Amino acid sequence: MKLHEVFAHAKAENRAALIGYMPAGFPTKERSQQLIAAMIDGGVDIVEVGFPYSDPVMDGPVIQQAAEIALRNNTSARDVFDVVASSTVPTLVMSYWNPIERYGAAKFADDLSQVSGVGVITPDLTVEESENWINATDGQGIGRVYVVAPSSSDARLASVAAACSGFVYAASLMGVTGARTSISSAASELVARVRRVTDLPIAVGLGVSNAEQAAEVARFADGVIVGSAFIKLVQESATFDEAITAVRSLAQRLAAGVRRS
Amino acid sequence: MERSSIIGHFGPYGGRFVPEALIAALEELDAAHQAAAIDENFQNELAHLHRTYTGRPSIITEAPRFGAHAGGARILLKREDLNHTGSHKINNVLGQALLTKRMGKKRIIAETGAGQHGVASATAAALLGLECVVYMGEEDTKRQSLNVARMKLLGATVVPVTTGSRTLKDAINEAMRDWVTNVETTHYLLGTVAGPHPFPTMVRDFHRIIGVESRAQVLELTGRLPDAVLACVGGGSNAIGIFHPFIDDENVRLIGLEAGGAGVETGRHAATISGGTPGVLHGTRSYVLQDENGQTVESHSISAGLDYPGVGPEHAFLHDIGRAEYRAITDDQAMHAFALLSKTEGIIPAIETAHALAGALQVGNELGKEAILLINLSGRGDKDVQTAAHYFGIPL
Repeated sequence: MKLHEVFAHAKAENRAALIGYMPAGFPTKERSQQLIAAMIDGGVDIVEVGFPYSDPVMDGPVIQQAAEIALRNNTSARDVFDVVASSTVPTLVMSYWNPIERYGAAKFADDLSQVSGVGVITPDLTVEESENWINATDGQGIGRVYVVAPSSSDARLASVAAACSGFVYAASLMGVTGARTSISSAASELVARVRRVTDLPIAVGLGVSNAEQAAEVARFADGVIVGSAFIKLVQESATFDEAITAVRSLAQRLAAGVRRS
Repeated sequence: MERSSIIGHFGPYGGRFVPEALIAALEELDAAHQAAAIDENFQNELAHLHRTYTGRPSIITEAPRFGAHAGGARILLKREDLNHTGSHKINNVLGQALLTKRMGKKRIIAETGAGQHGVASATAAALLGLECVVYMGEEDTKRQSLNVARMKLLGATVVPVTTGSRTLKDAINEAMRDWVTNVETTHYLLGTVAGPHPFPTMVRDFHRIIGVESRAQVLELTGRLPDAVLACVGGGSNAIGIFHPFIDDENVRLIGLEAGGAGVETGRHAATISGGTPGVLHGTRSYVLQDENGQTVESHSISAGLDYPGVGPEHAFLHDIGRAEYRAITDDQAMHAFALLSKTEGIIPAIETAHALAGALQVGNELGKEAILLINLSGRGDKDVQTAAHYFGIPL
């Protein structure tokens, strides 16, 4: 299935799509593949594979720690592609810009499409700096997903959304990734403002960790993104089998959450 | 003056690589900086502070006994070490702190390596009544415990950063995370000419005073321009400050001295231009110490203030077009120059600055006794006494 078909399918069911994040190479390459399989098994519609980076300024402590472990395993672009290849649902990569630039933007887009990757989320790439990336992705069928924030002006939202393909990533709050106790009202306001400038689906991420929050976000967004909550389960599990079970179970609860109307 | 048609870029370098959440704040800051640059009231206020608080203009000191070791060249030291708080950092900090007040923000955050920028930021915050939080790598809080105490005495909160390599690079990451979260109330008072636009341009503009003053001082003292201007380069703020007013003086060589650590060939260094490759780090495209996967590599230097795997984008550009030269100075070469200036001139420089002095020894010997060399004496060495005593085996 393609990315837009997943969103269309979810919409037809009157629900939001569930998007799960896991860094490649955490805690090892094979195990990140198994964790992603468990997320899909539990009901995740779309997967985001994180490309671990040494200086993740948009990430809170949970994802930072996972990235450090993945980097100790020398996780490379090739490993990221291998993890994407193993996923059985539409899968994007989430990557800070420098690893992509270093690999070569055109080659990255090309190699990602070889393993059926559907897009890349680029949290620190601004539209002004995107010329190479737009050239690299146009014609490859690779979605360009930029992140917008509550602080974005309306003009800014319009120009960023215009550069997006696949969906628009709306940050639910001003801050870094990681679980929060509640969803800020900024999220629904931001989604409403983005709706006025694009017809693309809008997915909300940052701070969503449980079924109640997923249900709340699903009422106004087309996609619900969960990352840190999955990783935290892995970090807190005594054994890897326990981690697999916990990740699958959280995905099931979140999948039920996005279906609650 | 930008040497590129696109604002915020220096040829292929510079720009903005940041979370979208920060764009509004960067645009606000850019507008405030541009408005202040042509606002007489702002310029007068800053000039008044520099006269009555910083201690500007800083003087020029001739260093003939040191010069005897530099091929007999005439050595002129621009004494930024005599500024309040002991380094050039105060020039930028006062400028940005005034801008913070103009933008109606009440809280500043800063990163620091050696602690000089942190101390300068805490000082400006105390002076102007702002809340100040300084992020400092845990490793650096141990290496520079005296500066941690200074910042606390000045009323700042010092947050030890325990992620990654626990040094300056990670302190910047943590400051950026704070900024993304608190951007509405908080200004990130970045301490060098790196980071997203407008920082490289704005921080340079606040440090240009070093070059503007010293160009006139050298002309008055010697009747001509110097043959070379030398400065140490970590992020590159003191260097760009003294270089910039000389850029159009084509016969003046501009020489940046990077931290060569144990030697560039060993891989244990912080010489980003000499030993790095183009990439993106901390919001800007420039030279970066990185591996084949685009992951930042840890830098190494005896000088905490130069121990950074990035460098300002304007330096990358000046290097590529051949207008400035960059050389690596090893820890040992820097410490030799550190001891030499102390013993020949009675001036203990910062270890950062000692890299520029080691460069002066090289360049003086290359050019001979007719040459005039202007060196930015960017900071004083009081903070480095412990490191130096350890290095030279002086019991404490």
